[in-house]
Amino acid sequence: MPDQFEDLREAEELSEDEERLLDELGITGESRRRFLGQVGVAGFSIFAMQVIAQRQALAAGGTYSEAAADPISLENAVKVVFKVNGEKKTVEVDSRMTLLDTLREKLDLTGSKKGCDHGQCGACTVIADGQRVLSCLTLAATCEGKEVTTIEGLAKGEELHPMQSAFIKYDAFQCGYCTPGQICSAVALIDEAARGDASYVTAVEGGSNTKLSDDDIRERMSGNICRCGAYPNILKAVKEVHKGEETAATWKFHRPDEKAGADKEVADETV
Amino acid sequence: MRPFKFNSASNVRDAVNAVSKNDSAKFIAGGTNLVDLMKEDVERPTELVDVSRIDLRQIRSEGDSIIIGAMAKNTETANHPLVKMNLPLLSQAIFAGASPQIRNMATNGGNLMQRTRCVYFYDTSMPCNKREKGSGCAAKEGLNRMHAIFGWSDECVAVHPSDMCVALAALDAVVRVEGPDGKEGKAREIGFADFHRLPADDPTRDNTLKHGELITAISIPKNRFARNSYYLKVRDRASYAFALVSVAAAAELDGKKINAVRIALGGVAHKPWRASKAESFLKGNEAVAENFEKAAALELEGAKPLGHNEYKVELAKRAIVRALQKAVR
Repeated sequence: MPDQFEDLREAEELSEDEERLLDELGITGESRRRFLGQVGVAGFSIFAMQVIAQRQALAAGGTYSEAAADPISLENAVKVVFKVNGEKKTVEVDSRMTLLDTLREKLDLTGSKKGCDHGQCGACTVIADGQRVLSCLTLAATCEGKEVTTIEGLAKGEELHPMQSAFIKYDAFQCGYCTPGQICSAVALIDEAARGDASYVTAVEGGSNTKLSDDDIRERMSGNICRCGAYPNILKAVKEVHKGEETAATWKFHRPDEKAGADKEVADETV
Repeated sequence: MRPFKFNSASNVRDAVNAVSKNDSAKFIAGGTNLVDLMKEDVERPTELVDVSRIDLRQIRSEGDSIIIGAMAKNTETANHPLVKMNLPLLSQAIFAGASPQIRNMATNGGNLMQRTRCVYFYDTSMPCNKREKGSGCAAKEGLNRMHAIFGWSDECVAVHPSDMCVALAALDAVVRVEGPDGKEGKAREIGFADFHRLPADDPTRDNTLKHGELITAISIPKNRFARNSYYLKVRDRASYAFALVSVAAAAELDGKKINAVRIALGGVAHKPWRASKAESFLKGNEAVAENFEKAAALELEGAKPLGHNEYKVELAKRAIVRALQKAVR
């Protein structure tokens, strides 16, 4: 009902500031009526409000104008010197920045993944001072002097960490998103078991802290969620490295000439 | 997350002074709960004072007590020989909570300061008297399967999330705190039963700490429960989930006779719930299933379930019986 809108528009008036802004923009006389007819007084008011507020903030000075002048400047900058994968790093971060975001956004180490960003999934697990921790709940500002190992720091050159090899061997992933966290967590688990650290399973049921049962490995890996459900193979991979015993892989890629024979091969377990 | 100033304190005095000066300043140690709540815009401190580097990590024997430092990590506490040998209930309870990664980060002091995981407390678009006084309680008539059956008020039906605290409640721990009013190096001592509070008409306060007070240590009286104690946690998943109901049970036996007994429940109230009715019934009685059942029934007489958590009444009864059976086996 165009008539109603027409009435509405006439009933509204421009404020002094808005009038001035239109003058500045060179929209006067007939073109002003046309312009307002197209965008409406209300529409223009929203635009004008933003411009006016911005001008007031700039005139008042303070942090707004500083931030506007230099988008890089940080309001609460914290300088952090720490080691990542053996290398000394110096970063200046906003106090709000997590270790995870620092690794990914400032140090180009995108192996550690942001799953839930709330400490519920374990995808961001890294090893700090020998302990597995959640980098998404660790403020970078608290990392001064720490030694952090990420998934990128596990291999020695081209030689994979035994846990990385075991994950490949047992196909312990599907989409792979949780894998860096799973592997960092599993690497720390091996050290914890070597130290004889207990778990809820051993604390209430007894059993060895150095030779872990399957249930205990599951308990100790429970902070890493795998949405693809690769748990049975993750367990196999962790178990092999923990026990230090080689077990035959349950699968392999076949070459084209093996195709005929491949059908006869029976995997000892299917998932 | 809102902007905040970040400072690191190297001693208790500096930390207490820094936080006391600013009403919206907070201590941060492990950060496992606080950082999450800041991301959710539930906690909005303008300043954080990092206390994790203060030398309060010792775990030691002191006279008739075992002292665990406030900044010692949950993992090192649960694995410490003094704790494992003398306070296995505490080890079990710590291991029952969270994940290895979180226990490696979380400190003992911070564990006591955890806030509820009530979903309405986390959801800033919903009313919550704990988050915003006077806004109402969305849980009372909402989804309250995880909520309290004891000690709740019309203002708040949330439960305390900690496992460690349930064991500490059973073991009559004492919390040592230092604040702006006290003398340097002289701690105020708060009995565990008086540390956390019931919501009553002010659920914004989880505990009786004053602003600027810092937990420096937790003292646990030595006891004779090491042989007969058990922490049972019932949850939706086998691991890494908050308790629906948990039970810390400990007994001192003379043959079949119960000389002393402690029972505390988790997941049922705004604070760890000492089952004192069950305890007084059992003391002096025989440690047999029939008595455990009577004691559990007696305790749960006082339960007031909400719309979705009536199951917790029966669950708590059975959990008490099971935990006691495991403890005295």
